[in-house]
Amino acid sequence: MEKLINEFSIGLFFWQLVLFIGLVILLRKFAWKPILDAVEKRESGIENALKAAENAKAEMENLQADNQKLLKEARAEREAMLKEARDIKNKMIEDAKTEAQEEASKLVAQAQASIEAERKAAIADLKSQVANLSIDIAEKVVKDELSNKGKQEKLVESLLGDATLN
Amino acid sequence: MQKLHSLKTACLLLIFVTSFSFAKESKEGHSESGDIKQEIKDYIDHHLLDSHDFSLTSYTTDTGEHKYVGFPLPVILWDDGLKVFSSSKLHHGESVAEVNGNYYKSFHGKIYKTDASGEITLDDHHHPTNIKPLDFSITKNVFTIFLVALLMFFMFSRMAKKYKKGALPKGIGRFLEPIILYIRDDIAIPNIGLKKYKRYMPYLLTVFFFIWIINLLGLTPLGVNVTNNIAVTLALALITYFLTTFTANKNYWGHIFWMPGVPWPMKIILAPIELLGTIIKPFSLMIRLYANITAGHIVLMSIIGLMFIFKNWIGSSLSFGLAFALSLLELLVAALQAYIFTMLSALYFGAAVEEHHDH
Repeated sequence: MEKLINEFSIGLFFWQLVLFIGLVILLRKFAWKPILDAVEKRESGIENALKAAENAKAEMENLQADNQKLLKEARAEREAMLKEARDIKNKMIEDAKTEAQEEASKLVAQAQASIEAERKAAIADLKSQVANLSIDIAEKVVKDELSNKGKQEKLVESLLGDATLN
Repeated sequence: MQKLHSLKTACLLLIFVTSFSFAKESKEGHSESGDIKQEIKDYIDHHLLDSHDFSLTSYTTDTGEHKYVGFPLPVILWDDGLKVFSSSKLHHGESVAEVNGNYYKSFHGKIYKTDASGEITLDDHHHPTNIKPLDFSITKNVFTIFLVALLMFFMFSRMAKKYKKGALPKGIGRFLEPIILYIRDDIAIPNIGLKKYKRYMPYLLTVFFFIWIINLLGLTPLGVNVTNNIAVTLALALITYFLTTFTANKNYWGHIFWMPGVPWPMKIILAPIELLGTIIKPFSLMIRLYANITAGHIVLMSIIGLMFIFKNWIGSSLSFGLAFALSLLELLVAALQAYIFTMLSALYFGAAVEEHHDH
């Protein structure tokens, strides 16, 4: 300890203090501040760039999700439209079919009705003609027959019998 | 990879040359084996001391005259006014320097005022009783400190300028930037905290690189040895102490004088202990750096000195190998001591600015 105190040099202490403090002050101004600032600037730059990249990525993902969503929607819409069209088509076909069927059955019914009417008319016509013919024949027969009184009565009687049978 | 390899080779070569240079220093002079231990001891003592001139090596001519290889440095004394003269006048303590009618002589690295004949009177403890004027000389150590300061200033200001051109470090900055970032991210921020670390950064960075470079310089053949001077480590520790004391907040002083959370008689007992602690902390910084570097140099030089005591090829080469290994260890110690000093300084600053939190 005594040796230490003996060896202690005030001059060296003084110079060390002065030179070192001077060095700290000079380096602070000319070296440490610019270096640390530059490093910090660089670090914050890197951080910002990373953040921007991250943001861009997130945005991209959002866009992609949006696209996907739009695509899905479009597909669904198309699907719906197609389905609608198909339905309409089916319905139209169905409608047409029933309409045609109705028309056809109506036509058939009309035809049947007109045939019936024709038949009835023809039968009526035939009846009237047969009646006329019969009257004519009967007239002639009657004319012939009526020349004979007995025969006349017989005929009337048979005719009447026939008529009720008819 | 190639660069790293050549750097390694250069480092090894440097250590080798260092050892060799010390060896050469020790070899010169006496050759009597009885004196050689004393001579080695003297050499080590001399190496650990500061000197008024920058001598790289010395040798003795055939006529017995000591020759020194180096250059003189200015001597600045305060003795009834400023006295400035070249250290070549002192002739390594062999002659008396005369300045304006005052006579000075160097004795074991210290300058004393003497009479014209250069008489140094010693007391019982072999201490000179002559007047010792205040010595502000640019000694070898001061010169080295100045050199390191200059080197650091140019190195780091150049590095700072490179950042103006681009965000990436260039040249030496590629090597230094990771170290600067390490000090910021692993020493300053964890110990001091994100809020206040910035104002301590200039000091922490400067003290780290200063101690590291000057320790490394101590391992070169230049034979300079700055951090084994208690004056140097005291100056550094004092700056840490004053920075801690003057930037401390209320919370720090509260913990020293009136420790919260303990019963009041304990508070009274703790206050002087804590107060002493504030001084012991920088004191330990001072002693740790001083003792580590001094011990390293003494052991290294002693082992190198062993080579000349053994004087046979087995013992000498063994001690050479040991010295080589120890030099590598000293390289580590050089960085480690710088790291420890910086780390502990940051720790003390951190305690000084710590915000109050509940216990």
